[in-house]
Amino acid sequence: MKDTILKIGKHNFSSRLFVGTGKYQTFAIMEEALKASGAEVVTVAVRRANIGGKPGESLLDHIDTNKYTILPNTAGCYSCDEAVRTAFLAREMGISDMVKLEVLGDEKTLLPDPIDTLKATEILVKEGFTVLVYTSDDPIAARRLQDAGATSVMPAGSPIGSGQGILNQNNIRIILETLSVPVIVDAGVGTASDVCIAMELGCVGVLLNTGIAEAKDPVSMAKAMKLACESGRLAYLSGRIPKKLYAKASSPLKDF
Amino acid sequence: MLITVNDEQKECSPGTSIADLLENLGIDKRYVAVERNHKIIPRTQFSEIQLLESDNLEIVTFVGGG
Repeated sequence: MKDTILKIGKHNFSSRLFVGTGKYQTFAIMEEALKASGAEVVTVAVRRANIGGKPGESLLDHIDTNKYTILPNTAGCYSCDEAVRTAFLAREMGISDMVKLEVLGDEKTLLPDPIDTLKATEILVKEGFTVLVYTSDDPIAARRLQDAGATSVMPAGSPIGSGQGILNQNNIRIILETLSVPVIVDAGVGTASDVCIAMELGCVGVLLNTGIAEAKDPVSMAKAMKLACESGRLAYLSGRIPKKLYAKASSPLKDF
Repeated sequence: MLITVNDEQKECSPGTSIADLLENLGIDKRYVAVERNHKIIPRTQFSEIQLLESDNLEIVTFVGGG
């Protein structure tokens, strides 16, 4: 079965798995894992440059920007103002018009602050950013972010880095029914089946980081996530059978 | 003269440009963004803009993240 190209803003992707670059033990493992994941989009964070001591290696020396599309995030921002400022700084680095907007409510849950997320979305859309916005799985919040002009809405399956998978499939289903922009599950993925479920539900993609980076073998987990993403997508396109309460025999009924 | 870079006090000579400062600090200028007194400086102006006494600079880069 032939799949369509995934369009996000002006970008076209054939891979539907988006991966982060945080928490890897070494740049070499990260590079291998990115490759094994088949991802075309990788997320990065914006932080102060190290100005003391020896200059360290730069992350982007290990990511081929001709091969990967860079998606800077506003992780670690707890207000609209901070997130907008971070998005502008990221854009100034000159390699991406996209931003993964993340405005967090508190450090313990890392859940999004819905009010400031909406405000920041409105501002960044007006400023010409391609906004992919991290949100909770609340269908109303998701709709409001779409209405504010987000290019993609990215509900969390479960809290960031928790590995709990998709806790409320029904909410994701309602979001998918309600929204017309691409919906990408972002956060909470623990293992391959979580990716598969998101794709089977009809999400256009999945974004994850910790599930790969902190696996015992990140490179083989990256491959597992890739296969799960493709598998879930194919199952979605193929049209699953409805769930039934009672059995239905696969063999013909006995007739002799 | 004294300037502040990422909350640290630094000494630099008059006439130092942002590009000079980045070089002095050993920072790869390909992947940085700079704010001077809370205003983003376009990278095309790194060589032109000269720092002044008490300037407050914020230099950021990309790091691993999800």
